[in-house]
Amino acid sequence: MPTIVVEVMPKPEILDPQGKAIANALPHLGFTGFSSVRQGKRFELNIDGEVTDELLESARTAAAEMLSNPVIEDVVSVTVAEGL
Amino acid sequence: MTAETPLIGDHTVPETSPLAGARIGIVTFPGTLDDRDAARAVRLGGGTPVPLWHANDALHGVDAVILPGGFSYGDYLRAGAIARFAPVMNTIVAEAGAAAGSPLPVLGICNGFQILTEAHLLPGSMIKNDHLKFTCRDQVLRVENTETAWTSQFTQDELITVPMKNQDGQYVVDDATLHALEDQGRVVFRYVGASPNGSKNDIAGVANERGNVVGLMPHPEHAVEAGYGPDDATGLREGTDGLTIFTSVVSSLTGGNA
Repeated sequence: MPTIVVEVMPKPEILDPQGKAIANALPHLGFTGFSSVRQGKRFELNIDGEVTDELLESARTAAAEMLSNPVIEDVVSVTVAEGL
Repeated sequence: MTAETPLIGDHTVPETSPLAGARIGIVTFPGTLDDRDAARAVRLGGGTPVPLWHANDALHGVDAVILPGGFSYGDYLRAGAIARFAPVMNTIVAEAGAAAGSPLPVLGICNGFQILTEAHLLPGSMIKNDHLKFTCRDQVLRVENTETAWTSQFTQDELITVPMKNQDGQYVVDDATLHALEDQGRVVFRYVGASPNGSKNDIAGVANERGNVVGLMPHPEHAVEAGYGPDDATGLREGTDGLTIFTSVVSSLTGGNA
């Protein structure tokens, strides 16, 4: 079954408080060398059947209008993944 | 005031009340918490609260609408993001944005403010507080716009204290819009003192261009009755600064302005 994967990230100019907290916690577990962290979202839209251009376009529209808020987030990618 | 209004339940206004004509809808979404407090505040302000249900697009002829606080749809996706698509919101967006006549006055409190930004009735958005903690405290605000239906009975730059409780309370907006908000006097409420959450320009509440739609993060509906509000100069929990929001809208709707 194919899946359309949508990835959303906070805009670069928007502070990401969660990413900052994760970056601060990493060294406590010995993970050093990571200067900063940003946390985003990944959506998997599953499809029964084939991925059509129409479905892909519909996923792009959903990503832009619902899965992300353009005031604070960017849609980084909308891609098709097989066999997830 | 305390003796005659039961804490829970009966929100009806006696028909003899001179302001009972102001009917104010209170929307309940799945996960809304403060609808009963908002209804109570409307009643104490002299209006008639009308319960509105998220799944029903009818506004039942109300004169104004309040989107109360809470965690609609569990804050899934983003705070307010799912609630925006509720049938009742279609009608509210249409009536609040109506080009002709007097557009519907709408107030969004906390999660209601988040819903209004997601519905594009108000600019900007809310992200997590910069300190990442859930905040619950009494907050001092300055009322900077007294032209709206919701703030008409405040004096310019009046300081008020109302409770604030949220995790996603950091108001963010792009610089161009921020300048427009400031230039047009659309910052309605501003935090006073140390920033509680990192909001741009300490903004606590904004209005749309026509001033009929207002959103704010703190909770005026929790500061409407002596004995149950924030502490103030007169004693513990005596603060009722939030009540003026509700008397303002009732007064505006019934033709008064003072």
